Amino acid sequence: MNEVDVLIIGGGPAGLAAALSAREAGCSNILILEREQELGGILRQCIHPGFGLHIFKEELTGPEYAARYVKRVLESGIPYETDTMVIDITPDRVVTTVSRKDGLRQIRAKSIVLAMGCRERPRGALGIPGSRCAGIFSAGTAQRFVNLEGELPGKRIVILGSGDIGLIMARRLTFAGAKVLAAVELMPYSSGLTRNVVQCLNDYDIPLMLSHTVTEIRGKDRLEAVVISEVDGRLKPIPGTERVIECDTLLLSVGLIPENELSKAAGVELDGVTGGPVVNDRLGTNVAGIFACGNVLHVHDLVDNVSEESERAGRYAAEFALGHRDSDAERMIAVRDGAGVRGLVPQLVSLESLRNGESVNLMFRPANVYQNAFLVLESDGQPVKRFRRLILTPGEMQTIKLDASMFGNQLPQKTISVSVEM
Amino acid sequence: MFDVVVIGAGVVGCAIARQLSRLQARVVVLERCDDVASGTTKANSAIVHPGHSAKPGSLMAKYNLLGNQLYDSWCKELDVPFRRNGSMTIAFTEEEVEALRKVYDDGITNGVPGMELLNGEEALKLEPNLNPEVMGALFAPSGGIVCPYELTLGMAENAFVNGVQFRFETKVESLERNGEGWDVKTSTGEIISTRSVVNAAGVYTDYFNNMVSEQKFEIIPRIGEYWMIDKTYANAFKSTIFQVPGKMGKGVLVSPTVDGTLILGPTARNVTDREDVSTTREGLDQVLEVARRSWPGLPSRSFITTFSGLRSHLARHDFVLGEVSDAPYFFNAAGIESPGLTAAPAIAVDLALEIRDRLGLAESDDYRSGRPPVYRFRHMSLEEREEAIKRDADFGRIICRCELVTEAEIRDSIRRPLGARSVDGVKRRTRAGMGRCQSGFCLPRVMDILSEELGKPLTEITKFGGESRILSK
Repeated sequence: MNEVDVLIIGGGPAGLAAALSAREAGCSNILILEREQELGGILRQCIHPGFGLHIFKEELTGPEYAARYVKRVLESGIPYETDTMVIDITPDRVVTTVSRKDGLRQIRAKSIVLAMGCRERPRGALGIPGSRCAGIFSAGTAQRFVNLEGELPGKRIVILGSGDIGLIMARRLTFAGAKVLAAVELMPYSSGLTRNVVQCLNDYDIPLMLSHTVTEIRGKDRLEAVVISEVDGRLKPIPGTERVIECDTLLLSVGLIPENELSKAAGVELDGVTGGPVVNDRLGTNVAGIFACGNVLHVHDLVDNVSEESERAGRYAAEFALGHRDSDAERMIAVRDGAGVRGLVPQLVSLESLRNGESVNLMFRPANVYQNAFLVLESDGQPVKRFRRLILTPGEMQTIKLDASMFGNQLPQKTISVSVEM
Repeated sequence: MFDVVVIGAGVVGCAIARQLSRLQARVVVLERCDDVASGTTKANSAIVHPGHSAKPGSLMAKYNLLGNQLYDSWCKELDVPFRRNGSMTIAFTEEEVEALRKVYDDGITNGVPGMELLNGEEALKLEPNLNPEVMGALFAPSGGIVCPYELTLGMAENAFVNGVQFRFETKVESLERNGEGWDVKTSTGEIISTRSVVNAAGVYTDYFNNMVSEQKFEIIPRIGEYWMIDKTYANAFKSTIFQVPGKMGKGVLVSPTVDGTLILGPTARNVTDREDVSTTREGLDQVLEVARRSWPGLPSRSFITTFSGLRSHLARHDFVLGEVSDAPYFFNAAGIESPGLTAAPAIAVDLALEIRDRLGLAESDDYRSGRPPVYRFRHMSLEEREEAIKRDADFGRIICRCELVTEAEIRDSIRRPLGARSVDGVKRRTRAGMGRCQSGFCLPRVMDILSEELGKPLTEITKFGGESRILSK
């Protein structure tokens, strides 16, 4: 059986950044496994600009952003294997892979970085009633057809959901000659970035219909129309508000789900809110030596944040493989979602990290849209610091950089929480 | 000149085709869709019933029992997954417990083996996720689960291997008497002369029967809606859970499938449009509401898809089988609703015998009972996987990650007898796209392979034939 120090599952932005930092942390025996033919992950099909503003201080397209990391991986001589699918991970870190060239293989790793990304929520998960005709795509699948295969999914398009991929595809399909008739969003706000609403819908006069949803899909062979309805405060369709929109294509941009089937096989504990592993501030899961970062951990809004988080995961995974630190022995403080806050990551913070003055980023999404609000940091139930925010929306991730000074002279003993205060 | 034209390549048509392929007979199956199992066969509860719910003395009772007994051998010969997981019918009130006894008695009359009446505690011991309010249950160990389209594919491939012809996207437009036999006119402009016709047209059996006979009947299409639940919950129930038909439960079952998912459904609503198998909000909600009565812990975030199918209901609620007295050499297999899937092999055996004797056909001397091997990477051991990839490197590329389907299996599904010609065809043969991501990942990859294998541009690849193109030109 092959043995490696740090095994990275996924060659997208998370895996690439983790590999580079593991190398910088002094680890030489690293392997990246990627199921596609090339490194880069989902960025390969994200040909729009807007990536890298934080990390590179310039606006790059997805492939450009990925290429910078791929170049560094190649220059560092970090081994990688593409066209290779991981089909199992055991709790003692034996990974089974399948590929054309090497067949079935098992690799033992001292540490593993989970960087498998996420998948799109399909129609079936929502149970939208109606016909099961052709012409219904998840937005990312449509993006792949348009940007990687040069094919057009359809000509008259309705988008359900206002996730970022859906918004980006509204503009992309308009460029490709299709007519995007509407983006229909169940919630009273967009779940995407404000800049994408402005640049991808508003600039092309594509209506964003908030508090609406698709209540029926019609069509015999190919999609012929969708029925949309307004929803009430409990998100239930209001009878009498039905409207038929004739279209040949429905794109779904209704949520991303961290892809954790392999994590589960490895015995990694998952968080019901984020859908990703429960991790500590060193991005370690409950299984010693297994770390997680990027969209497999929690769905990010910006790739720059993925890279930053993954650099840390790679470093910690390398330290673990080299035997430098074992967070199992440390005392952990639980991190809890307060009112108005969803999916705080990490879910555990080591008291030792706080004492050592290590920086810890708490990331989460607001549960709703709030204006002129405060984020309140609480230690063992007592508010210790307030952060003013002019606007909070679920589409944009929030980060609080924790440091020990925020807690005065009394570090938390049991819990840290964050809530929204109006 | 054909000996037999079979109208319809559903489970009944293909079972009959398989049985006829044991004879020295020229047989052709005509199917209006682009694949076998495209109608009622692909959208039902996928249950092999024990036979206690059919009316004693009916054809349904007879063929349910006989069909159930044939499943082990047929599925083995055709390499189709089949599991006798047992059927459990549960009762929540004294009244329902009483009704269960009646079902039990009918079962005894019908000859159902091994049935047991259980109290609530015993039922819960067998199925701990049941509603704890359960008061009694009837367990029938001969109940089973099967994948109806996989079975139908197996039967069709076997029939094909033995020389039966299949014509797809071929609608029968008219039947005209030609001497003692029939001229069958099709939508492709062909006139097929045959000595006999088998009407296995599902919800359209009345249309063909009424074309040739004065003994008319009317099929009432009855729609049933379903939910599928992710394989995370594969172990929630071992047996198929039915409720005693009553005012709350209208036959909504909760059952594991042979593919490791769970199925919930169906509703029952009479409709007029035989083409429309749309699901409805009301129907889907109703399935969940009634299913929760059996399974209060039904998780709300575990759904992978919904679908609905039509049953061929007849007012008399029994099968119509055999030669029609005022239309010689025209054989019906009509009114095939539940337990039709269970009954199909037995119906086929008897109908093929009837046809053999009527036409004086001899047994074939080179009948083969199987079909070309089916590869299922997901079921292979590590060693078998290693071996498979060595033999064919295409087993080393996973195309559908949710269901672990390899490129080799996708290519085989297109190249094998009666191979797939659409995305749904590949899906039903391999399970690519049937998992939790519902083809978000594998769709472009499957289309690339279909395009290469069929020599068609991507823009001509369809979901299920006809105008169901996936992409725009």
